[in-house]
Amino acid sequence: MKIACTVNGRPRVAHGVWEGSSLLAVLREHLELPGSKNACEQGECGSCSVYLDGSLVCSCLVLGGQAQGREVVTVEGIASGGVLHPVQEAFLEAGAVQCGFCTPGFVVATHDLLTRTPHPTTMQIREALAGNICRCTGYAKIIDAVHLAAERMAPR
Amino acid sequence: MSGRIGESPRRADGEGKVRGDFTYSSDLTARGMLWGATVRSPHPYARILAIDTTEANGMPGVVAVLTHEDVPGQKLYGLEIQDQPVLAFDVVRYWGEAVALVAADHPEHARRAAQKVRVTYEVLEPLTDPERALTDSAPRLHAGGNVTRHVRIRHGDQDARADVVVSGEYEIGMQDQAPLGPESGLAIPDGDGGVDLHIATQWLHVDRDQLSEILALPPEKVKLTMAGVGGAFGAREDLSMQAHACLLALRTGRAVKMSYSRSESFVGHVHRHPGRLTYEHGATRDGKLVYVKARVMLDGGAYASSSTAVIANACCFALGPYECPSATVDGWVMYTNNPPCGAMRGFGSVQNCYAHEAQMDKLAAALQMDPVELRKRNAMKTGSRLITGQVVEGPAPVEELLDRVKSFPLPPQGGGSSGSFPLSPQGRASGRGRIAAADLTQMPGGVSNTTHGEGVVRGVGYAVGFKNVGYSEGFDDHSTARVRLFIVDGRPRAEVHTAAAEVGQGLISVQAQIAATELSVDDVVVLQADTQVGSAGSSSASRQTYITGGAVKAASEAVRERVLAMARSELGRSTAARLENEAVVSSEGEVIVTLATLLGDAVVEETREFRPRRTHRLDPETGQANAHLQYAFAAHRAVVDVDTELGLVKVVELATAQDVGKAINPQAVEGQLEGGAAQGLGLAVMEEIQVKDGVIRNASFTDYLLPTILDMPPLLMEILELGDPHSPYGLKGVGEPPAISSGPAIVAAIRAATGKPITRVPVRPQDIVDT
Repeated sequence: MKIACTVNGRPRVAHGVWEGSSLLAVLREHLELPGSKNACEQGECGSCSVYLDGSLVCSCLVLGGQAQGREVVTVEGIASGGVLHPVQEAFLEAGAVQCGFCTPGFVVATHDLLTRTPHPTTMQIREALAGNICRCTGYAKIIDAVHLAAERMAPR
Repeated sequence: MSGRIGESPRRADGEGKVRGDFTYSSDLTARGMLWGATVRSPHPYARILAIDTTEANGMPGVVAVLTHEDVPGQKLYGLEIQDQPVLAFDVVRYWGEAVALVAADHPEHARRAAQKVRVTYEVLEPLTDPERALTDSAPRLHAGGNVTRHVRIRHGDQDARADVVVSGEYEIGMQDQAPLGPESGLAIPDGDGGVDLHIATQWLHVDRDQLSEILALPPEKVKLTMAGVGGAFGAREDLSMQAHACLLALRTGRAVKMSYSRSESFVGHVHRHPGRLTYEHGATRDGKLVYVKARVMLDGGAYASSSTAVIANACCFALGPYECPSATVDGWVMYTNNPPCGAMRGFGSVQNCYAHEAQMDKLAAALQMDPVELRKRNAMKTGSRLITGQVVEGPAPVEELLDRVKSFPLPPQGGGSSGSFPLSPQGRASGRGRIAAADLTQMPGGVSNTTHGEGVVRGVGYAVGFKNVGYSEGFDDHSTARVRLFIVDGRPRAEVHTAAAEVGQGLISVQAQIAATELSVDDVVVLQADTQVGSAGSSSASRQTYITGGAVKAASEAVRERVLAMARSELGRSTAARLENEAVVSSEGEVIVTLATLLGDAVVEETREFRPRRTHRLDPETGQANAHLQYAFAAHRAVVDVDTELGLVKVVELATAQDVGKAINPQAVEGQLEGGAAQGLGLAVMEEIQVKDGVIRNASFTDYLLPTILDMPPLLMEILELGDPHSPYGLKGVGEPPAISSGPAIVAAIRAATGKPITRVPVRPQDIVDT
């Protein structure tokens, strides 16, 4: 089947999609956007986090067809061309990236958190990112990165 | 800017990783590629009577279906013992064992065709108890019997007696490495009979050598290139889909991609050995260890993997980092029909740490002594003799590490508010705390709203552990580095080429920092790891910064010497002494010539192998030998709140101290300490592969519980840099110690809080609540 949707601000069409494909598979296999990662296929790890019409979702839990006519933003759409988003800068600077497989999901989920809550407490960060699993960092530097990004995006 | 040693430059692969355009093995793609799928055994033990691929071959999109008959070379492989079939023949020995392969034009076509491969089995009664595997009545799972290895250590007086004796039996569950990146890769026929494999692995060359034998191709016809690795932790030491993808690619003449689902990943790699450990400690009344007797039983599952080395560690370090004049240790690792077990971060030193630290606490209680004081009284130090007879050289700051973790201030009581969970001097909470305005997120059970402080008690526990860095027992440990220095746009650039696997730990930065330091240049590029340069050994055993770092240092020094020689011979400047700020300078710091001028179009290239000191095999009767290269030590303190009514645990805080010798990249070191502690917490209170009758019951992230950001408490840390006189820059391996004593400290804290014996991990509610 064919799926037409807006991805990272551009109209895109995916052709020849198997009806059972998830949005994650459509992004990765049809639209050449492999930044969203497939790590658990059941919405537990958050590595595939994207925006769907402005809401944070696990793209592995969204059927590809559900994206028809809707707006998707992936990790590839977070930076402004050559300029990293402050969330991305903060993850690099704080050392929140090791293997990095979880990083795209954390970047999108953090972007979402800071959009809603510009100055989260550590506990608000923990709650907001509880759907994203990282196996490398033990999360300490991810929390540092979120605080750092918050400070940079909206200095008090 | 690469940064120098001791700095924390941004990692070169970091920008791609935050943008989402870094290519992991599961992101690889090629025009016209096929997808591979694996047919796996639904039985833990069965005889294969027939395999019928007819129906699968006729399925839509299918290009090839392969069985063991299609393996052209060696049909068995393995890291230590070649006992594991590439594709099963005659029998299957574990649930999920690979039996056949399918290549098709779409992953769903491949999966559906895999379901149509008809395998006729004669189901056999699985052997799932390693103790039973040791008996004569058990079926022999392999020709050599069921004992994969028995390690005997006899140290000191075998008839020693003591005034105070404590004993216990401890059980460790099966932990999964759970790297987020699935086993995956892309095999591409090279058009000349060979194959190029792009793969996420921990050791390119050992994969290459095994593939060469399986595919019956000379090693130079099997070229491996590292693809992005989504974590490893031991899970990528053994072959998973490597041989399968290559077989399909060579058969079809097309590129073949394989990428496991999470559920397949649980059967696609080995796990941490579950174990049962029985200990007896004897001590004097003033708390000096007299003897330890330990019996270690590890379940290795169906195939050997690295079991023979894991059991050696479990036995060599069975007592923990303590001095003891006498020890009797017997360890077995057994073949069973359970999932195969092998390498995972800590590698045998995790299982025994739960046991020896529980024993030390039990001994302290019997002696009415402070548990930290007892540990300090017996602490290993420089010059101590291990139970293997080897003398500990270099810093062994066990006492200092314990002091450091104990000296951190304790966190406020009762979720940071009112001090509701009073601690007794013994660290045992008196309980019955209540919080007026409870912050649920700080409670055991969290926002499930299971308690507002009723029944919650706090406990504090300590643990210390150690293990070897690098390969042991005579295994030839070495790494190779090629370093090139040349001029680009008027500035010097160094290129570093090794086969070492960047698995997330930051080795890419460490290699660049070493070259930048030795060559005094800012622009260092670390090339993609591949098999076009000599072996680096594996990214495991906490060894790469030491061994590959040592190789990069040696190659960089050789380049530097050649550059200095050029200055002396070509320019006649005999005062050329060292490199500084991209120039050759005299010993007084006078600039003699810039590198740009000196080198011009020249490329200075050197390749060096780095070999640390040799180690030796354990004596089979006594376990005596200088078997290990270096030891790394860490200590942890844990603070927990336990809901004694529901058996729920909230780890409130962790603190650690670790000697890293020299922190080449302090931020990466911290990341190892934090990440390792999280994996330790996982095994202590959450993570277990549930195996029943040989079948994994929770092969998913819904059912296998990994620590989330809500589970992981703040980690206080102190990093010591005491300097090992034998290693490059004095560094020590860093990666594994954080995963060793973190979990045992948590369990000690749960014991302190509840008074329950807690002899099994992960700790379950029923272990805490009276039933």
